[in-house]
Amino acid sequence: MGNFAANEGLSIFVILVWLGINAFLFVHFYMAFLTDKWYYTRVLLGHALSWARAPAAALNFNCMLILLPVCRNLLSFLRGTIQCCSRTAARQLDRNIVFHKLVAYMIAFHTAVHIVAHLFNFEYFMDAQLNRNSSWLPFVLSEIGNGDNASYLNPIRTNETNPTIVMFTTIAGLTGVAITLALILIITSSMEVIRRSYFEVFWYTHHLFVIFFIGLVFHGFGRIVRGQTKASLDTNNPLECDKEFENWGVNGSGCAVPEFAGNPPMTWKWVVGPMFLYVCERLVRIYRSHQKVVITKVVMHPHKTLELQMKRKGFHMEVGQYVFIQCPSASRLEWHPFTLTSAPEEDYFSAHIRIVGDWTEALYQACVGDKTQPQEAWKLPKLAIDGPFGTASEDVFRYEVVMLVGAGIGVTPFASILKSVWYKRIQNNQDVFTKKIYFYWLCPETQAFEWFADLLQSLEDQMAEKGVTDFLSYNIYLTRWKETEAAHFRVHHEAENDPITGLKQKTLYGKPNWDNEFTNIATQHPGTKVGVFLCGPQQLGKSLEKQCLSHSEEDVKFIFNKENF
Amino acid sequence: MGKIEWAMWANEQALASGLILLTGGVVGVAGQFRGWQFAAYAVAAGAFVCLLEYPRSKRTKGTSVERTGQYCLTVCVKSFGPLTRNYYVRAFLHAALCVPGGFMLATVLGCVCLGIASLIYLAAAIRGEHWEPILPRKEVTRKPPQSVKEPPQNPPPRPPPDTRRKRVDDLEGAAYDNPIPVGD
Repeated sequence: MGNFAANEGLSIFVILVWLGINAFLFVHFYMAFLTDKWYYTRVLLGHALSWARAPAAALNFNCMLILLPVCRNLLSFLRGTIQCCSRTAARQLDRNIVFHKLVAYMIAFHTAVHIVAHLFNFEYFMDAQLNRNSSWLPFVLSEIGNGDNASYLNPIRTNETNPTIVMFTTIAGLTGVAITLALILIITSSMEVIRRSYFEVFWYTHHLFVIFFIGLVFHGFGRIVRGQTKASLDTNNPLECDKEFENWGVNGSGCAVPEFAGNPPMTWKWVVGPMFLYVCERLVRIYRSHQKVVITKVVMHPHKTLELQMKRKGFHMEVGQYVFIQCPSASRLEWHPFTLTSAPEEDYFSAHIRIVGDWTEALYQACVGDKTQPQEAWKLPKLAIDGPFGTASEDVFRYEVVMLVGAGIGVTPFASILKSVWYKRIQNNQDVFTKKIYFYWLCPETQAFEWFADLLQSLEDQMAEKGVTDFLSYNIYLTRWKETEAAHFRVHHEAENDPITGLKQKTLYGKPNWDNEFTNIATQHPGTKVGVFLCGPQQLGKSLEKQCLSHSEEDVKFIFNKENF
Repeated sequence: MGKIEWAMWANEQALASGLILLTGGVVGVAGQFRGWQFAAYAVAAGAFVCLLEYPRSKRTKGTSVERTGQYCLTVCVKSFGPLTRNYYVRAFLHAALCVPGGFMLATVLGCVCLGIASLIYLAAAIRGEHWEPILPRKEVTRKPPQSVKEPPQNPPPRPPPDTRRKRVDDLEGAAYDNPIPVGD
C-alpha cells in the first residue's frame, strides 16, 4: 500500500482528537442537565432541554476554534517556530483552511440541532402557560415568580402571547435569529461556485462573522435557561416534593415554593481569547499595510502578465512565500494574494500578475496604462503589502531529492525556488542539502511559456557554463495543441533546440506518465525522503497523492505537499 | 464586483431557504405544534422551492457547473417558459411563498431566509439576468471526408532520398511542405 501514516497520520490524529472533544462535550453537557437542579425544568421540557444545551456547549468549543486557522500571521509565526522541531507538524498548518471549513460545518450542524431542540422548548413553555389548570404541575411551576419577577422558571410569563413574539422580545431570541441569519448568509456565499467566481461577494459577506460573534457573546445574557437555586434545593427537594406541589409553601408540608435562577453566560469565556488574537491579526495586517512599498520596476510580459518589482524596508522572504497586495487606486478594500517570484537573494521582491479580472485590470491601468514611454517613478501607484506568508514550498530545501510539479500559472512559486537554487549553488557555491531537483511543468498552451522559459533558459546556460548539468532535470509537458501546430512540431523534431521554448530540453506532449516517473526516481534514489511539491488543480493533486502513497516503500518515501489558496 | 451574476448567489440562498423551511415544517408537524397547519404548508412550500431552485442556471460568462442529477428538473423547470425564466416572477413568488411561514416559530427562519433570497433575485432581475437551462451540448458529428473512407492505395509521395536525409546545419531549408494538408 504505501506509507499512509507518513503522509496523513498527523492530520487524521488531529481530526480524531477534535471529533472526540466534540463528542465528549456533547455527552457531558447532555448529562449535566439530567441532575436534580434541573428536575423541575425537565418537568416542563423533558429531554429537549439537554438536546439544546449539549450542542450549545459544542458550539462554544467550535466557535472558539474557528477564528484560529485564519490568523495568517500567527500561523506563519508558529510554522517558523515548529519547523525546527518537526517538519510534519509544520505541514499540518498548511491545511488551515480545510480545518476552518470542517469546523464551520460542525457549527452549522450543531446550530441545527440547537434550534430544533429550542423549537420544542418554546412549544412546551407555551403549553405550560396556556393550559391554566392548577392541578397540573407545569402550570403551577409557570406561575412561580409572578410576584418578584426574579425567581421564575418559565421565561414565557403570560398566556397572551405566542412563541414567535416571545422570540423577538427576548435577548436570546433576537440574538439567536440574527446570528443564525448571519451564519446562513455566510454559508451560502461560501459555496465553491460563488467563492471561485465572485470572490468579493464571498469576502464581504464573510465579514458578517463580526455580527455572529457579537450576537453569540450576548446570546446568553438574558439567562433564560433556569434551574433551581442551591438555597431552594435545601427547602424543596424535587424528588420528594414534586408530588406535593399543591401544598408548596403550606406550613408543615416540608416543601417551600422552589426558586429558580439562570446560569451566568459562559460563551464569552470560550471566545474572548481567539477574538483577541484575531483582532491582533487584523491590526498586524493594518500596520503592515501602512509600511511604504516602492515599485522599482514594471515589466509587461507577453499574454497579459504584469511583473511588479518592489521594495519595502525590512522585508524578508523565504522561497515560495506569498503576499497580499492592495492597490488603493484600484480598490480600497480588496487584498489579493500573489506568489512571490523573486528569490530571497535578490534585493527586490517581485510578483507576476496575470490580468484576468476587475482588480488586476485596474492595477494594470494604474501601473502601465497605455503608456509606451518609461513611467516617472512618482506616477506609479501606491501599494500596500501584507506578508510574506509561508506555504509548503518553504520546505523544499529540507529534502535531499525534490519533485516540483507546476500546472499552468501554478508554476510561479517554483520560479522563486529555481532562482534561489541558482543563486545558492552557482553564484555563491554554497553546499545545499538538496542534491537533485526534478521539475515538471504542465501547460495547456504555448503562449504561457514566455517569461518562465526565459528563466529556464538562463538557468540552463549558467549551469552549462559551470559544468553542472545533472542537478536540475526539468520536463515541460504541453497538454493541449492544435493540429496545425502539431505539423510544425513533427517537422522540427530533430532540431537541437526545442521549437517552442528554445530550450535544449525538448518539450513533451500530453500528460506525464506519473507511474513511470515515480518509479524511475525511486530506483535512482533509494533510501531517501523525496519531497513532492505541487501547485495546481485538485485532480492532479489527488493523483499525485495516490502515486506518493503507492510508491513509498520501506527505503524511499514520497512526501506530498500541496499549495493552495 | 462588477461582473457578478447575483442570480447565482440568490439560487444558493433560495435552495438553502427551501431546505430550512422544509425542516422547520417537518419539526412543526412531527411535534404537533400549535399552528401545525402553517408547518404543513411550509413542508409543501419548502419542497416546491427546493425543486424549483435545484437546477442551476447557465452562466452568461464562464463555465456553468451543474448540480448532480439536475437534468430532469432542468427539463421540468424549462417547460414553464417565461414564468421560470424571468427573475422578477421568481422574486415575487418567493416573497409570496415566504409570508405564511412567518406565523409560526418553527418556520420563521425559513421565511426570513426565503425573503432574503427574494431580494437578491430582485437585484438580479433589475440587472437584466434571466434563467437559462443547462442542456447537454449536441456533439457535432464530423463526417470524415469521402476520400478518407478508402484505405490509401499508394504510398505517400516522398521527395528523393537525398533531400530526405536530415540536414542538421540547415533545418529551415530541410523542411518541406506536405502536398496533402494535415488536419482539417
